[in-house]
Amino acid sequence: MKKFTTAITFFLAVIAPLIIVTVALRQPKEDQRMLDNLREKYLVEHQSGVDHSKMEILQQDFKNPHEITAACLSCHTERGHELLQSAHFKWEREEYIPGRGITYIGKKNLLNNFCTGVQSNEGSCMKCHAGFGWDDKDFDFENPYNIDCIVCHDNTGTYLKASGGAGYPVMGETGPDFKAILGSMGLPKSENCGSCHFSGGGGNNVKHGDLEIALLTAGRDVDVHMGVDGMNMSCVNCHTAENHKMKGRYYGISSTDKDRMSCEECHTAFPHQKSILNEHSIKVACQTCHIPVYAKVNATKMYWDWSTATRKKDGKGYEELDEDGNQLYTSIKGDFVWEKNVVPEYTWFNGTADHHLMTDKVDTTQAFLKINTLFGKYSDPKSKIIPMKVHRGRQPYDTENLTVIQTKLWDKETGKGALWLDLEWERAIEEGMAYVGMPYSGKHDFIDTEMYLPVNHMVSPKSEVVSCKECHTRENGRLAALTDFYMPGRDRNELLDFAGQMLLILSFIGVMVHSFIRILAARKRRKSIQTL
Amino acid sequence: MKNPKKAYVYKGFERFWHWNQSLLIFLLALTGFEIHSSYTFFGFETAVDIHNKAAWGFIILIVFAIFWHFTTGEWRQYIPTTKNLQAQVEFYLFGIFRKAPHPTKKTLISKLNPLQRIVYLGLKILIIPVMVVSGLIYMFYRYPQGDEIAITNIESLEIIAVIHTFGAFVVLAFVIVHLYLITTGHTITSNLKAMITGWEDLEEEDEVDEKKDDVESTNQKS
Ligand code: HEM
Repeated sequence: MKKFTTAITFFLAVIAPLIIVTVALRQPKEDQRMLDNLREKYLVEHQSGVDHSKMEILQQDFKNPHEITAACLSCHTERGHELLQSAHFKWEREEYIPGRGITYIGKKNLLNNFCTGVQSNEGSCMKCHAGFGWDDKDFDFENPYNIDCIVCHDNTGTYLKASGGAGYPVMGETGPDFKAILGSMGLPKSENCGSCHFSGGGGNNVKHGDLEIALLTAGRDVDVHMGVDGMNMSCVNCHTAENHKMKGRYYGISSTDKDRMSCEECHTAFPHQKSILNEHSIKVACQTCHIPVYAKVNATKMYWDWSTATRKKDGKGYEELDEDGNQLYTSIKGDFVWEKNVVPEYTWFNGTADHHLMTDKVDTTQAFLKINTLFGKYSDPKSKIIPMKVHRGRQPYDTENLTVIQTKLWDKETGKGALWLDLEWERAIEEGMAYVGMPYSGKHDFIDTEMYLPVNHMVSPKSEVVSCKECHTRENGRLAALTDFYMPGRDRNELLDFAGQMLLILSFIGVMVHSFIRILAARKRRKSIQTL
Repeated sequence: MKNPKKAYVYKGFERFWHWNQSLLIFLLALTGFEIHSSYTFFGFETAVDIHNKAAWGFIILIVFAIFWHFTTGEWRQYIPTTKNLQAQVEFYLFGIFRKAPHPTKKTLISKLNPLQRIVYLGLKILIIPVMVVSGLIYMFYRYPQGDEIAITNIESLEIIAVIHTFGAFVVLAFVIVHLYLITTGHTITSNLKAMITGWEDLEEEDEVDEKKDDVESTNQKS
């Protein structure tokens, strides 16, 4: 019996605390099943059921690209209609904007924080239009033969749209082998998407920071999905299309929360082993932790100051480059700041956005003008914290009419008022504003602007993920700017902390003083006993 | 001490409960204040893990302790009394330095002096429940979300965190004073030894004897 009680006591006294400590320190085992299933699914290569090189109709000597499109549509009879409705062709969508209602907006008519807008510059900008010949307001958006099928479906990687060619390709003597190109027609490769989407803003990685040419060759460390040493996925693996309606819309442009692409579609809303991490997904977008930095290979443009454009050296425009070859200054565009391995800024976002339209008034009392506004806040059930690139700049505006200015930047020849050719602001502004049908007072200045570009690509491997402490920290955490909620580890009640510390210190002092007196008293007693 | 006599003061469960509770509170305080960003020790993620698990351990232990207190009637130990309260305060303020005798006799049916009764009762019915409840809300609250279980949605975590942190400071202050008061028993270590072995020298042998038999016979039965 005695032995039994000792055994029990031993168990209770020694084993139980040990169990508590081991349980407390135990980590759950990795469960890779979901990722393995996804790997299996996306390793299957698409097999085309058609070999276009066997199509006689495609082996002609085409005189112009409209004829090629006609040939495509002779088999794919309904696709033209689909394309005519698509954002890739229309550069405009019907959007519901809170506070504005139904609005027809898109790259066609919006301002951005880079080259400011396409209007009056179509001949150059439409190099990235999935069509042929959009060089002014009279472009025919109803004509299916104006669609460019090849730019997306060429699988040779040799198709090239001409610079300043309003979307027309380089053909003829200097052009690529169109028989090979047409024979290769297939699903868009990342190169196809990238030929436009990597160089938004006028050069590689200028605009987005997370979409650039290095994605075609980089490893998993840059992008876990597209890494060539990993899954090597292509854009359309995620951005799937139904009747040429692509999934995924760019938040910076699209105002309505629909047809978005999300990580959850593959990874589910609760992909982690630890429930505390899964719970984060209620308020934190996957991207926030899984994209610790963007622009991991080449730098991206963070700042663009138009106000310094048109400076000349020896009567001519000039440019200055940094050691990586990025433009720091060019007379046609002004000053730039580039950054690499950029830590995103963060904002609440519920999927809806507003834009500063060309007709909107500029509020000069604000510190800066928001080119777009991402809606969201902590208390909104639909909002999550997302990472974004904030592109800052200085853009011209009309100081009398208080509108942002659409400048004419480009033309085929000098002397027509294009800023990039003539290096003269006044005329470029007059031409641009006349083109969009807006008044210009003749007085302009420059205003600080910000544009918010959500970061969604360049997802890092798990080992690089943002750690708890990078947000749950007193000072300078990643979420320091989002102050409309209480976050453990970051926030505290200063008064309570002060009072609490005082309580602890006083308790400690009290204990020390008490024990000190006890020791003194004991010593005194001992002495008096000795002297007795 | 007149007629010191060994008595079995703290039964097996009581000691088990006490030491595991102290371990858990130690872990909870250590990790809790790391979560509070007072220092870095385990790392935030590990601290959260340990805090959450220790919290569950603590809750389970509390359930057992409540059961034990009521089934054994030991809860009566915590009924507050004003009798001797002033004498007890005076003892800690003055008498203890003169090696005056403890004003409250420790017996098996009354192991706690009136000050201990009040403090432990406050801990049991106020501070620990506040910690558990605020801690559980802290665990299970939901940020405003488009979910059906809107009942757990809260507008702000702040008030809960503040209450929880307040309790944490009180618990810590208790621990500091408690650790010191352990040394104020008959000898410096007698209280500690008692909580480890269960046995302590108590006065008044008659009563003790009776009780001891009592306890042992119940132990035998169980
Ligand atoms: C059963 C009891 C307890 C439960 C259920 C509990 C639960 C929690 C939870 C869920 C958190 C938030 C951290 C997180 O997100 O994981 C937390 C924080 C904290 N806990 Fe506890 N806890 C308990 C007991 C204690 C005790 C006994 C102490 C200290 C003596 C303590 C001190 C703290 C502190 C200081 C924080 C940080 C609060 C802040 O900065 O917002 N907790 N607790």
